[in-house]
Amino acid sequence: MSELHTVNKSPFEKSSFDSCMGHVLEGSAVLLYEDGVYAAMQGTTAEAKVKSAQGVKIYVLGPDLKARGIDAARLIDGVDVVDYAGFVDLTIEHDKVVAWV
Amino acid sequence: MKFSIQINEGPYQHQASDSAYMFTKAALDKGHEIFRVFFYHDGVGNSTRLTTPPQDDRNIVNRWADLGKEHDLDLVVCVAAAQRRGIVDDGEAERNGKDATNIHPQFRISGLGQLIEAAVQSERLVVFGD
Amino acid sequence: MSEMIKNFLYLNRRAPYGTIYAWESLEVVLIGAAFDQKVSLAFVDDGVYQIVKGQDTSESGFKNFSPTYSALGDYDVNQLYVERESLEERGLTLDDLMPLTWEDEDEDWAEKDSIRVVSRAELAGMIKDQDVVFSF
Repeated sequence: MSELHTVNKSPFEKSSFDSCMGHVLEGSAVLLYEDGVYAAMQGTTAEAKVKSAQGVKIYVLGPDLKARGIDAARLIDGVDVVDYAGFVDLTIEHDKVVAWV
Repeated sequence: MKFSIQINEGPYQHQASDSAYMFTKAALDKGHEIFRVFFYHDGVGNSTRLTTPPQDDRNIVNRWADLGKEHDLDLVVCVAAAQRRGIVDDGEAERNGKDATNIHPQFRISGLGQLIEAAVQSERLVVFGD
Repeated sequence: MSEMIKNFLYLNRRAPYGTIYAWESLEVVLIGAAFDQKVSLAFVDDGVYQIVKGQDTSESGFKNFSPTYSALGDYDVNQLYVERESLEERGLTLDDLMPLTWEDEDEDWAEKDSIRVVSRAELAGMIKDQDVVFSF
């Protein structure tokens, strides 16, 4: 069993991202979307948490990145960009979705 | 795969309904089944046909209704949440003595059991909220 | 209604009253109890404030729904997991929470605690064991 965790809030506004990262297990994945995408940028105070997640794959939703003017070049290394079709695929690759709304 | 979608926020104020719509559309485009879309909390506001956004903006209600019509989606609005927030269909208007209705005909009002059933019957429940 | 029995987890991360999420998610739990699924509730982050004892809304103008948590045992909802770290971060202990209990039919209706305090790591493991996680 593995989970797709989703975070849609800025890590600077709400605790959703921190809480998610505190509960995510190896082999699971985290998708950052809506204002959650800000956690995927280099040079923020959230970066260390993204990097320290052992065996956890971090994804970010491309359309939400673009809407917010974030160039993919500014993403933390190892973070993968997916589109909505990729979001759908992630929910299938994992056994369930845990939304940290 | 069989999905159900839960939407906790109303249109425009939050991106939740937009994200849920894009996800649902992508899932349908990939040939997946959407067992039910369940509107809860302020999410019930996605069902009022009286919504009138500016012409250059998306009409979130009509967009759901159109997708629902095209794919025969079960768009369910929670009755308890709807009553609190003034979302009314013919049945509710009659039961509660209201002088108007506002629900878009592509949606239906029903109980919370519909959410539980959706979670039981579907292989994935995807929640969109604030 | 269905032969399928799934593990349902209600993930409660919001404080009561400031928003309606806690109250309306409790309504889902009550309705869901009729569906014979295996139900657990997790109280994490501000969700732990939902079951703090001594809630009194008499001067606030809204309904005090905290007594409803005490009724959960009667609906066979008796697996309530409270995250230790969330309590500690908020300066709370188990003594600050309502005593929530259920009566075990198999043991001559012995009264048992519904609340179990678990670590963040244990809760992460619990999430893994679920079929469906509800978030509100």
